[in-house]
Amino acid sequence: MTPTLLPTLAALLGHWRRHPLELATLLIGLAVATALFSGVQALNAEARGSYARATRLLGGEHTAQIVPAGGPTLAVADYVALRRAGWKVSPVLEGDLRLGEITLRLTGVDILTLPPSTLAPDPGEAAAFLLPPYRALAAPETARRLAGTAGLPPLTTSPAVPPDTLVLDIAEAARLLHQPDRLTRLLVAPGETPAPLPPGLALRQPEPRSDLDRLTASFHLNLTAFGLLSFLVGLFIAYAAIGLAFEQRRATFRTLRATGVSARALAAALALEIVALALLAGAAGLAAGYALAAALLPDVAASLRGLYGARVPGTLTLAPGWWAAGFAITLVGALGAAATSLWRAVRLPVLAPARPQAWLAAQRRGIRLQLVLAALLALGGLATLAFGQTLAAGFAVLAALLLAAALALPALLAALLALGSRAARGPVAQWAWADSRQELGGLSLALMALLLALAVNVGVGTMVASFRATFTGYLDQRLASELYVSATDAPEAAAITRWLEARPEVAAVLPIWNAPARLGVPGDDWPVELYGFRDHPTYRGNWPLLAAVPDPWTRVAAGDAALVSEQAARRLGLSPGDTLTLPTPSGPWPLTVAAVYPDYGNAELQLMLPVDALAARFPDLDRRRMAVRADPAATATLAADLRAAFDLPPDNVIDQRGLKAVSLATFDRTFAVTVALNALTLTVAGTALLASLLTLADARLPRLAPVWATGVTRRTLALLELARATGLAALTALFALPLGLALAWVLTAVVNVRAFGWRLPVLLFPGQWATLLALALATAALAALWPALRLRRTSPLRLLQGFSNER
Amino acid sequence: MLTVSDVSKSYPSAQGLLTAPVAVLRGVSLSLAPGASLALTGESGSGKSTLLHLVAGLDAPDSGAITVAGQPLAGLGDAARARLRREAIGLVFQQFNLIPSLDVRANLAFQARLAARVDPAWQAEITERLGLADLLARYPEQLSGGQQQRVAIGRALAARPGLILADEPTGNLDEATGDAVMALLLDLVRTTGASLLLVTHSPRLAALTDARATLSRGVLA
Repeated sequence: MTPTLLPTLAALLGHWRRHPLELATLLIGLAVATALFSGVQALNAEARGSYARATRLLGGEHTAQIVPAGGPTLAVADYVALRRAGWKVSPVLEGDLRLGEITLRLTGVDILTLPPSTLAPDPGEAAAFLLPPYRALAAPETARRLAGTAGLPPLTTSPAVPPDTLVLDIAEAARLLHQPDRLTRLLVAPGETPAPLPPGLALRQPEPRSDLDRLTASFHLNLTAFGLLSFLVGLFIAYAAIGLAFEQRRATFRTLRATGVSARALAAALALEIVALALLAGAAGLAAGYALAAALLPDVAASLRGLYGARVPGTLTLAPGWWAAGFAITLVGALGAAATSLWRAVRLPVLAPARPQAWLAAQRRGIRLQLVLAALLALGGLATLAFGQTLAAGFAVLAALLLAAALALPALLAALLALGSRAARGPVAQWAWADSRQELGGLSLALMALLLALAVNVGVGTMVASFRATFTGYLDQRLASELYVSATDAPEAAAITRWLEARPEVAAVLPIWNAPARLGVPGDDWPVELYGFRDHPTYRGNWPLLAAVPDPWTRVAAGDAALVSEQAARRLGLSPGDTLTLPTPSGPWPLTVAAVYPDYGNAELQLMLPVDALAARFPDLDRRRMAVRADPAATATLAADLRAAFDLPPDNVIDQRGLKAVSLATFDRTFAVTVALNALTLTVAGTALLASLLTLADARLPRLAPVWATGVTRRTLALLELARATGLAALTALFALPLGLALAWVLTAVVNVRAFGWRLPVLLFPGQWATLLALALATAALAALWPALRLRRTSPLRLLQGFSNER
Repeated sequence: MLTVSDVSKSYPSAQGLLTAPVAVLRGVSLSLAPGASLALTGESGSGKSTLLHLVAGLDAPDSGAITVAGQPLAGLGDAARARLRREAIGLVFQQFNLIPSLDVRANLAFQARLAARVDPAWQAEITERLGLADLLARYPEQLSGGQQQRVAIGRALAARPGLILADEPTGNLDEATGDAVMALLLDLVRTTGASLLLVTHSPRLAALTDARATLSRGVLA
């Protein structure tokens, strides 16, 4: 450390002591940026950690598996046959067990044949694990939730087990799941030489990424994008505060240089200063990010469970790496925000006259440069839109669009203010317009942040509201049956069907049978849900279709065609008229795509097939569910009678309205976090505006003093200050509207299609815009009110000091 | 045109509110007839600028009375004082205090337009006599100190106020430029028939006015 560094640092830090508000602005900017970004990262890390635990549980990415070629399960006899043939395989049975409000994932294993895994019951506990009353392994948080629950074996905690999952002996799992003769998959011991498998079984090589990882990638990318946007908005605040501090300390820099501080020492001291402030803000931001993530995690967990069946714990556990990464991103952000100021400080000529106005001239040149950059970004965005096919490219288009608009904003506002200047007649009006133009430099960063926040709010708000409106109409069409029933098992389902068909108020009982399958090319195949249905006017008259060959329902009923969900069609590149081959236990099933139908809110790919043909090819079909067409007036009585007759839990007989509510709730949860981050971003932008106005307020006094001295009252000046801030915010909001709509289009037509596989029309909601405009004006007015009130109450003595301060 | 009667003013001490206030002016009285000029001299901190600020209605005295153009300042609210300033008073400061966002033309006309007393012929004459004709489209940042002070004088005189208050108008200028600016100010003040209260610490400049008064520690000597 050179001897000049410490005194230089002390001289620089003195500025912040004299300007505590600026210091607060800078710290808030950095802390908010860190909080939002690291909060989102914490959510993603927690979820991904859970997937990894689930994957590693049974050898995960290193273990090959034998799975049924079609259908959900394989027979225990298949396992026995393979063992007899010399295969070193270990059986696994998985299924969901519902205990009141809690649904548990049971994983039944045979620890005697299990390949090496993260699961290793203590040798002392092995006997307890294998013998009645058995023991089950559970994550500590799951064990706490299940404490005292009847009907389960005693629990042993293991951090290796994913949340809401029990690992137990396969015999006990089979008993609890009522699956005595079935297995889900067989784990192949490492080093086992693959030999030909009997028909109906397939060997799946270990994959670096699990299905869950792939399916949820889009969800996490969405979250990351919002986190980055919030980070950017926070950095705007920091950039503005650092830039202002640079301007105010220009004379100090020259004095330091003149008294013998080298440019390098000055730069080092400035860098040290920003590092120290970043560490301080980073600590606060990480604490806030942790709190934010903890608050949002239950919503994220619910979304992931509702959409993908992913099990993510409701409580946050963070690795030390998260804290380190948080500090690192704050430092990078702070140094990035300070880079321009550092560069200018180093290049500052010692003898140049202190002329703040010269900076304004430089800013005008800066505005032109920004316009050129904006044009280049817009062109880049258009090119990416035309040629990019990935989700990341979709986000790149969004980023380019937003940054281009933000960079172009000062130029647009300056042009409008110039027009206003020309149109203004009175001297005060002319001064106010001209002054606003000059002040634009100081406010432009905050206004850019406001533009981004408002546009994102318009865009995301339009997208979510459009989705919701379309989705509600879609549910009305699709959920046409009066009752939806789930039996406990297939024999009970058959009994319920007979019972229902005997009731006079029932017009039809429509089976909804399903089976899992996989479609695609090896290495890029996807889980697909096969949905067996019976040809009925309920479907023909109500089921919405996006595209179809002529008379699609008849084609499907004939047994050689399928209806394909939009997600499946997009993911697998299918259109009506195309053919596909579905692997089934009894061999390949060639099918023609008869139609593509919307399946909003469903993350899984789906195919609809005639139920009899499906049952013939998939003997293990899940036959428990059915839809019931009945006299709407008698539905409530029918449901009550059905529950009583078969002792069914309330959730197993659900009417149309109830199912719509559940579907809408799942849909809403998908966007709950997005909406929350959206609101936070707008709050950050409001804070940016307030901080900028407050920091500029002191610098404004010397500019206002001469106007006051020539006969304009403080009240008028205060009102003009208020009008200036709200006017600029209103203009920004007007620019934000078309930008937001463009954003909504990119989100709906590009990002969402690539992320979730479905597209909905963009609807316009002028009421929403009016609310947002009012909110922007209120934010700006509130932000300007405090400085305006301060000015209104500024003592003459203070204003007089304006005459002696350097302007 | 101006009457100051027994005016006193004190400010809180820099050491804090618990210490006694510092008396800046103590019982100051003076008067200025229409068209007359008075130089107020004194050492730094003697209260010259404070008296000028009180006369301009920028601040209020603790006691005593001030009358400008027949209008007592006591009891006037902020708006009324502002009106009096724009209609009856022209201010010239040491730091020029031009409006940085307006060009020279707009700065020159600003106060006259506020007072609704725009006279294009007079405006043109001022511009000509102050040598600003070639600088009208420039902004204050593009002017030298002497040029800025000439614009400030033009702004103060454009509305033909009855009273010009000048606070060290040449304090930031070199001697030659200061002399030229001062000559212009006196010449134009005489042309308009306005009264001039000039605050200066320079006996040389003070000698150019009709009368002189000296403030010492808040009291007229």
